[in-house]
Amino acid sequence: MSAATAEPPKTAPAAPAATDDSWSVERAHIDASARGPVLVFFFTALAWLLVSTFFGFVGSYKLQNPGFLADWPIYTYGRVVPAFHACFTYGWCSLAGMGVAIWLMARLCRTPIKFPGALIFGALFWNFGLALGVSGILLGQNTGLEHMALPRPAAWMMFIGYFFVGVTGAVLYKMRKSSVVFISVWYLLGAFFWFPWLFFTAHVLLGVPQLQGVMQNVVAAWFANGLNNYWFTPIGLAAAYYLIPKVINRPIHSYNLASIGFWSWAIFGGLTAMTKLSGGPVPAWLVSLSIAANIMLIIPLVTVGKNLFKTMEGNTHMIYYSPTVRFTFLGAIIFCIATALSLFTALRGPDSVTHFTLFGTATNEMLLYSFYSMVMFGAIYYITPRLVGCEWLSASLIRVHFLCAAYGGGLAVVVMLFSGIAAGMRALDPTAQASQLIYNTFAYLPGRTLALVLVTLGHTAFGLHFLLMLLRIGQPAGQATLFAPLGQEEDHH
Amino acid sequence: MSRSSYLFTGIFGSFALSCFALVLVPQMQIGGLTEHENADEGTRYPVVNTRQGREIYIREGCYYCHTQQIRDEQNGADIARGWGTRRTVARDYIFDDPPLLGSMRLGPDLANVGSKDWRNEEKDEQRKPAKRDRAWHLLHLYNPRVLIPNSPMPPYRYLFDEVKAGTAAKANVLPVIAKKKGHEVVPTAEAEQLVAYLLSLDRTEPLPEAGGTKPAASASAPAAAPAAPAKK
Repeated sequence: MSAATAEPPKTAPAAPAATDDSWSVERAHIDASARGPVLVFFFTALAWLLVSTFFGFVGSYKLQNPGFLADWPIYTYGRVVPAFHACFTYGWCSLAGMGVAIWLMARLCRTPIKFPGALIFGALFWNFGLALGVSGILLGQNTGLEHMALPRPAAWMMFIGYFFVGVTGAVLYKMRKSSVVFISVWYLLGAFFWFPWLFFTAHVLLGVPQLQGVMQNVVAAWFANGLNNYWFTPIGLAAAYYLIPKVINRPIHSYNLASIGFWSWAIFGGLTAMTKLSGGPVPAWLVSLSIAANIMLIIPLVTVGKNLFKTMEGNTHMIYYSPTVRFTFLGAIIFCIATALSLFTALRGPDSVTHFTLFGTATNEMLLYSFYSMVMFGAIYYITPRLVGCEWLSASLIRVHFLCAAYGGGLAVVVMLFSGIAAGMRALDPTAQASQLIYNTFAYLPGRTLALVLVTLGHTAFGLHFLLMLLRIGQPAGQATLFAPLGQEEDHH
Repeated sequence: MSRSSYLFTGIFGSFALSCFALVLVPQMQIGGLTEHENADEGTRYPVVNTRQGREIYIREGCYYCHTQQIRDEQNGADIARGWGTRRTVARDYIFDDPPLLGSMRLGPDLANVGSKDWRNEEKDEQRKPAKRDRAWHLLHLYNPRVLIPNSPMPPYRYLFDEVKAGTAAKANVLPVIAKKKGHEVVPTAEAEQLVAYLLSLDRTEPLPEAGGTKPAASASAPAAAPAAPAKK
């Protein structure tokens, strides 16, 4: 059996044991088997990204101008916001993540996908369930439980769809031909198992037998935290650990750090959920436990951060050339900042200010957009050419996408962080009226709407570019589309 | 045990730990609470709230901007502001399915919006009614900015009807100008239900585990200092 925990994870993505020629034949075989399903995942993910961007914009603009679309019940703020969350997390984040995870797993285990049709079936089921769920929310059928607002039948339909993906992931691991298990595979295997356990447990607990009162909120908080820490973050880190060494062509700095980072995240990342309920009607020890776990996240934060930075050391000029590295490395930096920020605001003092404000939304968007989505963008820029057989048409379009996503996403987060602090500080004063608290928050909102315009622009450019790739309109295969021609490296050393 | 099994065991173990500590243990502690019996007055708290307006509150996603939870003095100024007389605890929600705790305050907390002393502005504020009654809530739902300038709350005009002037009971007519000429604005049954639900929200009943400052009458309330953070 191959190395897992007893032996440290391997530091370089599955190096071919055989000659280069036989590996490239094998690789082509694997990519051919992954082409259909992975492109379906990417295509539908992108469609959901555009839909969620629309809902995000409507939601943001409605706070500034509540009269906007006010006579349409389906566009009322309390329906648009959960619809946005569902489209973004289950549509874009999950589908893009599943596509990337399956492709990475096949490549790293050096195993072709046996039944690509099953994956496509799973993807369609997931999409169908989600479409039902989002329509349900818009028509007023939400469950009333924040973080788990999707109507339950829709959620179960998505779970059935996921089943095919999870099984494929596990089979790929079981059939692997490589004798070593690269660190990305640890994270992917974790995600493939954690997600269904989490999803199943939470939905069963909220089905029969019915949980009493606040326990429902406890389960929902546990589920929401699990989605971030046991599903999105592992896939994001798996992709970062693969893409950065691959493009700059050197092994990961340290396998011991990688191992510590993985296990500390697995243990403490699962215990941080209850800071969402701090000060709420739950036992005090529960919140204290989660605060302690949040503090312990400093271990994965430092180890993962150091490992990725040390790997990049001496190769930072690649940010200048490679779209994949530019997106992925920015994502890695944001991962560290977002983790540090949520660690800080878990503490009781800061939390008593930022709780119930947009600050929490900001740290969540930072994790899911500026870290996770950026890495997914980088991964899609890397993977798609290998599936369709041509390279991205235009470096300028990629540049537009990067600028809009990085600055738009950053602006949205910064604006909400500040508005959260402003509203929270004001709320500490008991003589402040609710309308004044609101005023403090909303002074910042035009910035957020501007950010969403930028992000919309970036996503449109990305969607267009991806469509061109599907139509095989691009540069000839072989030479990756770069921001600038390689070869001037000496100037940058 | 193969090395792969170690990896798998670790993945399962971390999940099991998370589920055990954050779900199972709290379930054992607060998963089976019962009503508090007030022996002196022969009353029980909480009572089941079956008002249909709750479904409308959920349907419109009110809980995305309004919380229904009061934090203690250590965590902000909820009580000092007048949103509640004590912190809310798990027992307050045993009949709520699901509890609409909320996590964002883009508007005021509504845990006690139907209670006698709920207030959202300074006590000596003269312009505002002492109690926000049915008429206030209906008008506020129809157009929040009539009552609260710059309010970001959406108007819920679709919960109202326009009928020919003079056909509706006087008490139902909103003091606003209808869009159609010769018409008046009246609430639909749904608007009435929603307001009835809001006016039913009252979590000021003292509970032994939450302190509470409900004056004199409830002799059974423990003497715990209201400022002390409720610890379990």
